[in-house]
Amino acid sequence: MISTSSPINELRRSDPGRQQGLLTGLHLDLPLLTGLILLCGVGLMILYSAGDQDIALIKRQLIRLAIAFSVMLVMAQIPPIHLRRWSPWLFGIGLMMLAAVLVIGEVGKGAQRWLNLGLFRFQPSEMMKLAVPMMVAWYLAEARLPPDKKRIAITAIFILLPTLMIAKQPDLGTALLVASAGIFALFLAGIRWRLIFGFATLMAALGPLIWYLMRPYQQQRVLTLLDPESDPLGAGYHIIQSKIAIGSGGLYGKGWLNGTQSHLEFLPESSTDFIFAVLAEEFGLVGIIMLLLIYFLIILRGLYIATQAQDTFCRLLAGAITLVFFVYLFVNTGMVTGLLPVVGVPLPLVSYGGTSLVTIMAGFGILMAIHTHRKLLPT
Amino acid sequence: MPQISIKDYLFESRIFFTRAVIAAIIVFVALSIIIARMVNLQITSHEHYRTLSQDNRVKTEPLPPTRGLIHDSHGNLLAQNLPAFSLEVTPEKVKDLEATLSEIAKIIPISDHDRQRFMRLKKQRRRFDSIPIRVRLNEKEVALFAINQHHFPGVDIKAILLRDYPQGEAAAHVIGYVGRINQRETERIDLSEYSGTRHIGKNGIEKSYEVQLHGKVGVQQVEVNAKGRVLRVLESQPPTPGYNLRLFLDMDLQREALAGLEGYNGAVVAIDPKTGGILVLASKPGFDANLFVDGISSKQYNKLRDSLEKPLFNRALRGQYPPGSTIKPFIGLAGLERNVVKFAQEIPCFGFYQLPGQEHKYRDWKKRGHGQVSMKKAMIESCDVYYYSLARALGIDRIEPFLGLFGFGTPTGIDITGELGGLLPSRAWKREHRNEPWYPGETLILGIGQGYLLTTPLQLASATATLAMRGKRITPRMVKSIESPNDQHGYISTEPVVSQLPIEQEQHWDDMTEAMIQVIEGLHGTARRIRSKRYRIAGKTGTAQVFTVAQEEEYDEDTIDKRMRDHALFIAYAPVDDPQIAIAVIVENGGHGGSVAAPIAKRVMDRYLLGAGK
Repeated sequence: MISTSSPINELRRSDPGRQQGLLTGLHLDLPLLTGLILLCGVGLMILYSAGDQDIALIKRQLIRLAIAFSVMLVMAQIPPIHLRRWSPWLFGIGLMMLAAVLVIGEVGKGAQRWLNLGLFRFQPSEMMKLAVPMMVAWYLAEARLPPDKKRIAITAIFILLPTLMIAKQPDLGTALLVASAGIFALFLAGIRWRLIFGFATLMAALGPLIWYLMRPYQQQRVLTLLDPESDPLGAGYHIIQSKIAIGSGGLYGKGWLNGTQSHLEFLPESSTDFIFAVLAEEFGLVGIIMLLLIYFLIILRGLYIATQAQDTFCRLLAGAITLVFFVYLFVNTGMVTGLLPVVGVPLPLVSYGGTSLVTIMAGFGILMAIHTHRKLLPT
Repeated sequence: MPQISIKDYLFESRIFFTRAVIAAIIVFVALSIIIARMVNLQITSHEHYRTLSQDNRVKTEPLPPTRGLIHDSHGNLLAQNLPAFSLEVTPEKVKDLEATLSEIAKIIPISDHDRQRFMRLKKQRRRFDSIPIRVRLNEKEVALFAINQHHFPGVDIKAILLRDYPQGEAAAHVIGYVGRINQRETERIDLSEYSGTRHIGKNGIEKSYEVQLHGKVGVQQVEVNAKGRVLRVLESQPPTPGYNLRLFLDMDLQREALAGLEGYNGAVVAIDPKTGGILVLASKPGFDANLFVDGISSKQYNKLRDSLEKPLFNRALRGQYPPGSTIKPFIGLAGLERNVVKFAQEIPCFGFYQLPGQEHKYRDWKKRGHGQVSMKKAMIESCDVYYYSLARALGIDRIEPFLGLFGFGTPTGIDITGELGGLLPSRAWKREHRNEPWYPGETLILGIGQGYLLTTPLQLASATATLAMRGKRITPRMVKSIESPNDQHGYISTEPVVSQLPIEQEQHWDDMTEAMIQVIEGLHGTARRIRSKRYRIAGKTGTAQVFTVAQEEEYDEDTIDKRMRDHALFIAYAPVDDPQIAIAVIVENGGHGGSVAAPIAKRVMDRYLLGAGK
């Protein structure tokens, strides 16, 4: 049992992973912070090359990183108990804003994603990347684990509703991330394997129906994945050029700033969604393994924090946030290497761009909060 | 909030821990898949993708060689390369071709002809080749387009070297011209050698010396970006420019000849008898070869082609005329060499000749006749009856091979394409082509250069040079030397092709020379008006019938249609003692050789032997 009102803050459990002093005071987790800073540093270095050594571009990205780390710092200060209390409200507000986007949202790049709030533009779907796992964690933590069928069904609605609304914008990448956040929370809550496999079978069976519901450009992306050479100058161009960039990198790469595919503009979106190919071209397989190792360690730290959390809500939320981070990584690298269809998902913390950066760092802020606001357990 | 027991807490914690471990394993497996994929791309298929990356980045571009220049014997430029700006469109990079073209037309005038040429070239070229829509832009047009360039992706101004013929009409028939390589030519040429070149010699020297003029193509490897813009040159093998040509042609003489032909159509060919070098190869009227360089418009071309004056027709090489009396020195020499007549032997001339048992009168140009005529007098006064008689005595079977020795009936072998061989008839020829026997009357008119016999001005000039050189035949040639553009001293002189005619007796040649001198210097010489005190000329006039005057009719120059008038001919060489120039002049419908053709030859010889001041 957790006593939420017990005033024994000084009696924190001694933890070898926890540091005394400034970091503890700021509620930051050193291993996680180290991993994130390392990743952002590598990201900036590749971005400098991918962006054709444009200092202005690096400055803009630095400002975004500063904002994102500030958000993380703020989130880390909020005790998880408050997050838990806010979860249903946040989810509800998010759903309403998603509805508003569909009605009065602003169109950018062929999709309706933005909500103009006067002072700034806001992408409610980004917020749902956190609101959905919070909601699912909150709802599942209401009863004992593993959840019963009724609870799973209601959870499924919590997941499906925002997912469909986001997919309608259309923003397949975010929809995928939001859905996977909820699904991972369910998975971590211990739903039966029978259900998992049943669900997987159902999805496979629904495949043709999903295909039918997809928009032509989305269908094209899937077809392109299967045979990029069928349209080398059109839909297949991204994948072909990306594979050439990666493959030509070889074991050690062409060297920093020496990637021809990106510098000569053969590789499209080289500083955003396809930045992974730039790294692969310039640093080769060795660089890729190093990068994936950093990601892997961050994910392991996240899962460790989840297992060490003191209540179900925190565990599920921390686990889901960590695994969403992994989905970002997998979908992006899968896309860039031609294993998955082209879906607009950035390489987390490395790709140029601000919106997802803030959300991801807010998530890590929550992870740190969960880890640093733990109370000593009565034994 | 429901109360949860410690046991439940531990149970839930264990469920979560298990799932978290499974999740970690899934993450590990997923990242391993990505790494496996990277190994596949970066290690296994590395060579494949490295090649593709290289192909993306590096493009091989041809560097077209600069075409060789053509000079006359004094170094005057006959063909050069001038920088010009052309506006070119790459169809692949243009979305709406029609709209783009009409947008361009708002800034820079584009004629229907430009448009037609563009469409024609578009069919021949590949989509990523740039195709000229306008050529020879002036500076104002270049500037005007440059400021509007950003509106026209895929449209560029290119600086090119365009062939230019500064001598205009005067040398067009000699030099010929280059034009855009057409479909038929692409099948004939080595395409890699012409990969950067758009023009090829179509005619004249430009065509015959294409190989030497063209040069060797160079290549450069350039790094390009995705838009195809060249960023830097990686490797370059420069082209070898074409050889420059120096001709025997003398533009001063050429212009003199053309000026002499003023008011007439015709041809003048002058040869340096010692080298066989062509000093003058003039055909009038001419045309402006520059029109052909960018593709002549069909309107302009039709006008040239359909003109009654036939400006595109190279009369000097391809004009086949009856030689008229200019054949007489050769027939006369045949008579002497074959021992049919003696030089001083005389026969009577009553103004006509009749074959035994025939009514037909073969008339002399002088109705009253020339009286007693020797070969010398027959040459000086151009007595026809004498030559009827001589031809009959020789017979076709001796005339034909003897004339053949002087090159009649076969192309001279000059180093320009398109030459015709004229016609030297024989019994066999008649049988084969007309399926008729040879009639004795045909031998008679052959004796005065009429009938089937046809010669080109070049053949006449070459035969005259042979006369001048006492039987030494040198194949006429245009090109004096082929010069390397890089090395001023590196040149190859063309070698003359020489042969010697069999000579029975030197005296016969002396006699014939004397007769030809008297044509100019004799009191009754048909070309006495061109007599010069400064040097001695040997020559022979000729008048070739364009149509046959009926037996009872008179030829009246004043009443006859100009196109039906006789052609005036003249052959000559000078100075007699040391021949430096042999010349043949044909003035179409000019009338008399002595009054019209001979003065033209004189002008040219004066200019050559005495210089500009006379």
